Amino acid sequence: MTTETTTPILDADPIGEINKYDFQTVSKPVFKARKGIDAEIVHQISDMKNEPDWMREFRLKSLDIFFEKPMPKWGGDVALDFQDIYYYLKPTNGQGRTWDEVPQEIKDTFEKLGIPEAERKFLSGVKAQFESEVIYGSLKQDLSDKGVIFTDTDTAVREHPELLRKYFGTIIPPQDNKFAALNSAVWSGGSFIYVPKGLKIDFPLQAYFRINAENMGQFERTLIIVDEGASIHYVEGCTAPMYSSESLHSAVVEISVQKGARCRYTTIQNWANNIYNLVTKRAMAYADATMEWIDGNLGSHLTMKYPAVYMMEPGARGEILSIAFAGKHQHQDAGAKLVHCAPNTTGQIISKSISKNGGRSSYRGLVRVEKGATNVKTNVVCDALILDDKSRSDTYPYLEIAEQDVSIGHEASVSRIGEEQLFYLTSRGLTEAEASAMIVNGFIEPLVKELPMEYAVEMNRLIQMQMEGSVG
Amino acid sequence: MSDTLVITNLHCSVEGKQILRGVNLTVRRGETHALMGPNGSGKSTLGLVIMGHPKYEVTEGTITLNGVDLHEKAPDERARAGLFYAFQRPVAIPGVKLADFLRHAATNVRNPERKEGEELMPMKDFRKELKAKMEQLRMNPEFARRYVNDGFSGGEMKRAEILQMAMLQPKIAILDETDSGLDADAVRLASQSIAEIGREKMGLLIITHHDKLLEHNPPEYTHVMLGGRIVETGGRELADELHSSGYDRIRKAYPDAAEENRLMAAKEEAAAAAH
Repeated sequence: MTTETTTPILDADPIGEINKYDFQTVSKPVFKARKGIDAEIVHQISDMKNEPDWMREFRLKSLDIFFEKPMPKWGGDVALDFQDIYYYLKPTNGQGRTWDEVPQEIKDTFEKLGIPEAERKFLSGVKAQFESEVIYGSLKQDLSDKGVIFTDTDTAVREHPELLRKYFGTIIPPQDNKFAALNSAVWSGGSFIYVPKGLKIDFPLQAYFRINAENMGQFERTLIIVDEGASIHYVEGCTAPMYSSESLHSAVVEISVQKGARCRYTTIQNWANNIYNLVTKRAMAYADATMEWIDGNLGSHLTMKYPAVYMMEPGARGEILSIAFAGKHQHQDAGAKLVHCAPNTTGQIISKSISKNGGRSSYRGLVRVEKGATNVKTNVVCDALILDDKSRSDTYPYLEIAEQDVSIGHEASVSRIGEEQLFYLTSRGLTEAEASAMIVNGFIEPLVKELPMEYAVEMNRLIQMQMEGSVG
Repeated sequence: MSDTLVITNLHCSVEGKQILRGVNLTVRRGETHALMGPNGSGKSTLGLVIMGHPKYEVTEGTITLNGVDLHEKAPDERARAGLFYAFQRPVAIPGVKLADFLRHAATNVRNPERKEGEELMPMKDFRKELKAKMEQLRMNPEFARRYVNDGFSGGEMKRAEILQMAMLQPKIAILDETDSGLDADAVRLASQSIAEIGREKMGLLIITHHDKLLEHNPPEYTHVMLGGRIVETGGRELADELHSSGYDRIRKAYPDAAEENRLMAAKEEAAAAAH
């Protein structure tokens, strides 16, 4: 089913469908590149952004790599016509600095997403991306006074070239895989964050991304540098409206967590059912640093996402909590990678998946211990919950261990929604649908309790929507 | 009119194996019944069938509550009609807080007409009531924040079952070996708790091997199950006899049922060993 791209999306069942939100907003792009990808398009993008030569060259080189690279073998089946996608849209002239400057139609979309309210109540720094471009951003003055940089990546190319160049494309080089190469060639938008030495930010920084144009690829590029002893929690949420032909989302997220620093990156992505969501996320954690990925995936036609932590120096720690919900016509190929490159490093992967209505979820995880990485400890727990006979779940754990003195644990469990659990709850007066929703909500509780309040509420609401009418 | 559960000539099977072979039983609100019998006699099955467990197929006979046939009713509809079954081995529901679950359950049971998505009972009222009930049952309020039966000790599970009974206020409650796996003190506490919340207000069907649970809940009727049917019914004195002398007299008096029971118990043991 993963190769079906002609799925009649609008007839699909309610799972994962965002059309209940009625998100689709008529937007008028100021500039829209023609369909397809070649050097001319890349030049166009670079021209539009008025980029320095080094970035233009980086893009062109990446484009060559993209053409050379085969489709990745790790993951699901990608059936995409790369020439049938728009690679760049520019929604507004310039960048909105205050809320007043944000166009009304975009405000309306945010309204439906609940963003302005969320921001007022909760957010201290907001980056919101509409189409390919960051159109609205605000950052508390005191943060920038302390030396924090929180901007979109396009701006960072202009304003912080030295810092950006030092890391950009080093954690995930274009050679890494076909989709990283594609992103490197046509990227636009995304967040750039630098947290200076020793600064601990005790509230989450947040951003919102979405796709709103048919056949449009979105290729945001995020780079986060957490300097020595600093700490940050970055939260990114994604939702997308329904469209009838396939769209591609292929982001690259690079994170450097330096000595003694801590970074948590939380995302809940809820894509329209026709979107290929192919994302490369990787963090390098240095001595005694901690990197945590909290990664929730709903919707999309195919998601391939394996947040990775490379533990580069002794004492580094990597934690990944991944949750996927696969409904009809969906394949969630999600997981995690932990690479121990140094002794005394520790890791943990908790992966949970729910499959419903013919959906397919796969856990694909890699634990690698490099030569010399002794006294390494990693634990992998993956639980799959299958809600009906039509759905499917697979586990593909990869272990590559080059050392003796290691402790690697792997537990996997697959359960059908328990008849005994259902009976227990229904015997107390809950309907079967209520009972199922309760079991599923309980199942994802480990993720939800790690989320900031707004997101926890949204997550529960999404699950609720997906469970409605699902049992019968 | 008092609320009455009537079971008539009930036969049921699981995976083609017959377990109940013609059970007749009437339990009215305000009455306490003890249901006793050796292992494999079908006591738990009877409780589960009354509650509508999907695993069991009723092949003959009826179960009615206040004259309404429950045959086509789902477990949640039976709960809303006023039935309660306290599990012998409650299942864990990780991630679901006992209080959240109970608020949902209590709302549904008290407002049987409630549609999905309608408001739950007000949090303030619910909390107040839950707190009072937990105090009455001498439970730590922290307990309500734990996940349903997840990591509970045997005693905690049984007390959670009694707490649910207290919150749902059923008309007829079936208590399936609520004393099993508990030490003497815990059994006494459970027995007292059941008496405090259950007696007079509910009809109780207490499935038990031991007499401790009956100390505070003296049965008006004692039923003995053997080989899938109730072979004898008496008063409190029958329970006392079975506690002191066991089932030998019963087995001798009903040799056919005793043979059925032997076969059923052997199958149960084999199934348990296979797991």
